[in-house]
This record gives sequence, structure tokens and C-alpha cells, in this order.
Amino acid sequence: MKKIEANWSSLKGVKPHEYALRFLFGGLATVAAGLIASKFGPAIGGLFLAFPAIFPAGASLIESHERKRKARIGSDGRNRGRMAASLDAQGASLGCVGLMAFAFVLWSWLNGHHAWLLISMATMIWLVIAYGLWAVGANRLPRFRLTGR
Amino acid sequence: MDTIFIRFLVGGLVVSLFSALGDVLRPKSFAGLFGAAPSIALATIGLTIHQNGSAYAALECRSMMLGAVGFFTYVLLAGWVLRRYRPGALIACLTLLPAWFVVSLGLLLLFARPA
Repeated sequence: MKKIEANWSSLKGVKPHEYALRFLFGGLATVAAGLIASKFGPAIGGLFLAFPAIFPAGASLIESHERKRKARIGSDGRNRGRMAASLDAQGASLGCVGLMAFAFVLWSWLNGHHAWLLISMATMIWLVIAYGLWAVGANRLPRFRLTGR
Repeated sequence: MDTIFIRFLVGGLVVSLFSALGDVLRPKSFAGLFGAAPSIALATIGLTIHQNGSAYAALECRSMMLGAVGFFTYVLLAGWVLRRYRPGALIACLTLLPAWFVVSLGLLLLFARPA
């Protein structure tokens, strides 16, 4: 399985305006979710709790960083950048399954249970499901290659 | 007004935090998980419970499940378009955003029609 690593130096590659844009986008999406819920009710408003707030900015950032990295060694990294963004989308799809479980746990047990405890538990469930699906996918890839030989 | 400001601050912080995690972690397919983190929900659900109670928040969470199915469809579509046609990531992701709304709202109207 691919090893998970944290590359802290990649934070230096993010420009201040990119951080500001994410903050603004996240803040606006959260405010919008609240306003829509108060105007149209919790059923419509709840949809926006699963709004893809980070994804477009994240995918575009990944593409642009990959393109710049390739440009430094003199090659055109556009295609590679777009493939990297599609890999990000693949990962996000697994996160979405975790997000469904997160919402299911809160919907089922929020009434009558300790809210903060349940929110923490639902977050852990999101992480475990998303990681579990990713780990299964990452393990499966080498096995396919072996049977193909 | 105060609530809106608090929502804005908390939402901005939580989304930025998950986004930074996505930047730092490798491989990219793993970091991608954080693109679908429950960031807006974590930022807002506590305030909703405090203001409107648990029953109201639970109803929002039922819709969030459907929104997550819409999100799932949206990222699968975005990934496919990026691999197949190779457009710019931002343009592709923003152009496909209505797909999230159509699937989410369609599911809501089918399975959990709002009163």
C-alpha cells in the first residue's frame, strides 16, 4: 500500500491570496448554508452542508502546482496537472461515502444524545470509512497488476 | 448579524484547515479525501443545535446525506471529465457544480420532499 506522508514544505508553495480565497470561500459557503436554511427550511438548507466548498479550489491548486513544478524542469505540465486534479477527485469520491455516513449517524442519533460526543464520533466514522475505502483501493492496485502478468 | 459573523469565521477556519491538510498529505488520492471532509457541517452544526435544537439539526443532516450523494456524483463526473477531455481544473469543477445541485435537489424531491 502507498505510504501516507505529510510534506509540510508544500504549505510554503501556497500563496497568501490562495489562503485568503479559501477562507473567504469557506466562510461564505457556511454563511450561505445558514441563510438558506432560515429562508427555505432545514430540508433545503441541509443540502448545503454537503456543498463542495473546498473541492474546486483544491483541484485547481493541485493542477497549478503540478504545472509549475514541471515548468521548472522545462516541460509542459498541463496534462500532468489535470491528471493530478482527477486523482484528487477520485480521493474526494471516497470522502463523499464517509460524508454520507457522517450525516446518517447525526440524523439517526442526534435527538436525545450528547451533541458534541456524537459530532466527534461521526467525524471519526467519516475518517475511518474514507480511509478504509482508500486503503482497500490502494491495496487492490498491485494485485490487479500481478494477475495481469 | 453576530451569528453570521461567527459562522463566517468558523466556516473559513474549518474549511482552511481541511484544505491545508489536503495540501500537506501525500499521496494525492489520499489527500483528496479531505476535499470531501464535513467542513461546513462541522462549522455550522453546533450553532444550529444551539439556536434551533437537535430535531432541526437532525433534519438538516437527513438532507446532508442526499447532498453527499450529489457531491459523490459531482466528483465522479469531474474526475471523468478531467481524465477524458483534460480541461482546466477550475473551469471543469465550476462548470459541473450545477450537477451537484440538480442531483441533490432531485433526490430531496424524490425521497424527502420538504414540507
